[in-house]
Amino acid sequence: MSYKFDESQPIYLQLIEIFKTYIANGAWKAGEKIESVRNLALDFAVNPNTVQRALVELENIGLAYSQRTTGRFITQNQEKINNLKHEMAENKTRDFVIQMQAIDIEQREILDLVQRCLDSEEITNQQENH
Amino acid sequence: MSTILINNLCKRYGKFQAINNLSLELDSGQIVGLVGPNGSGKSSLLRIIGAFDMAYSGEVLINGLKPGLESRKIVSYLSDKPYISDNLRAEQIIKLYDDFFPDFNKDKAFRMLDLFKLKSEQKLVEMSKGMGEKVQVLLTMSREAKIYILDEPISGVDPASRKIILRSMIEGFSEDALMIVSTHLLNDIENIIDSVIFLDSGQIKIKGSTDDLREQHGKGINELFEQIFQ
Repeated sequence: MSYKFDESQPIYLQLIEIFKTYIANGAWKAGEKIESVRNLALDFAVNPNTVQRALVELENIGLAYSQRTTGRFITQNQEKINNLKHEMAENKTRDFVIQMQAIDIEQREILDLVQRCLDSEEITNQQENH
Repeated sequence: MSTILINNLCKRYGKFQAINNLSLELDSGQIVGLVGPNGSGKSSLLRIIGAFDMAYSGEVLINGLKPGLESRKIVSYLSDKPYISDNLRAEQIIKLYDDFFPDFNKDKAFRMLDLFKLKSEQKLVEMSKGMGEKVQVLLTMSREAKIYILDEPISGVDPASRKIILRSMIEGFSEDALMIVSTHLLNDIENIIDSVIFLDSGQIKIKGSTDDLREQHGKGINELFEQIFQ
């Protein structure tokens, strides 16, 4: 796999976001063992210490935990995972609304746009392909 | 004890000052990128660390040792110039390395030979320049050394092989190892290095963690490099 990083941002921050997405969408399931640092480094073609730094941050925010002998796991706390999903959704929504306001779109129109977008075939197809 | 400790290092070639009062301390457990324009002193510095050049002034300690035969036992050095006899077949060279270096991993060498799609019975003299460079890289990476010095490991090879070399660097990385890689193809390696040293006229211009530099300057390491050396 070859992942395209934004070079102007620290890689470890981008890895944290990727890992959070994996946890939110269930690619990494609650209680599941996380791949080794080396394998993740190879998958993303990044420095192993950078992966380590991102995983430690996941631990710090309670999304993962380490067991001394067996490795690192995703939290089993489903509430934490749900909170993460809500938090990510809220952040993305806020970004979206700010962008809409920046081009002077009114509240009514934003809501209409979202509804139309949800109804459109394009989005439905994308979800099916996912 | 630092893995590499350098104090006030100077190196001249006649009137040309290749390294100018350089001090540097590096610990294990990291991959360091060494970059700089042509003639900035990259290879000179690496040759001294690899104990292939003893004519310098200043202090250099490799794991506490002065560069020499003893320090070479823990340093796996990829030269920018090959130094193996052309008439040997790839398998003979691997055998030679296996006999010579106690930390050599022959299985790994043959595995990499396969990955690079090289033939073990082919002589070095019959290989293209890029193929010869791949042999050098696999020999260097197949040692389980404490310090890896890779002087321009990716410049002469095709993109697919470049990926294999970068993978072998990630695989070869360990907590106890220090890897220094010099290159002018910063784009290819900037994601796999921990920190970067910008050399200019034999002096360190910038040194720092790549993620910290990205955060500080809001741009990629390659872009930062281009901006500084314009």
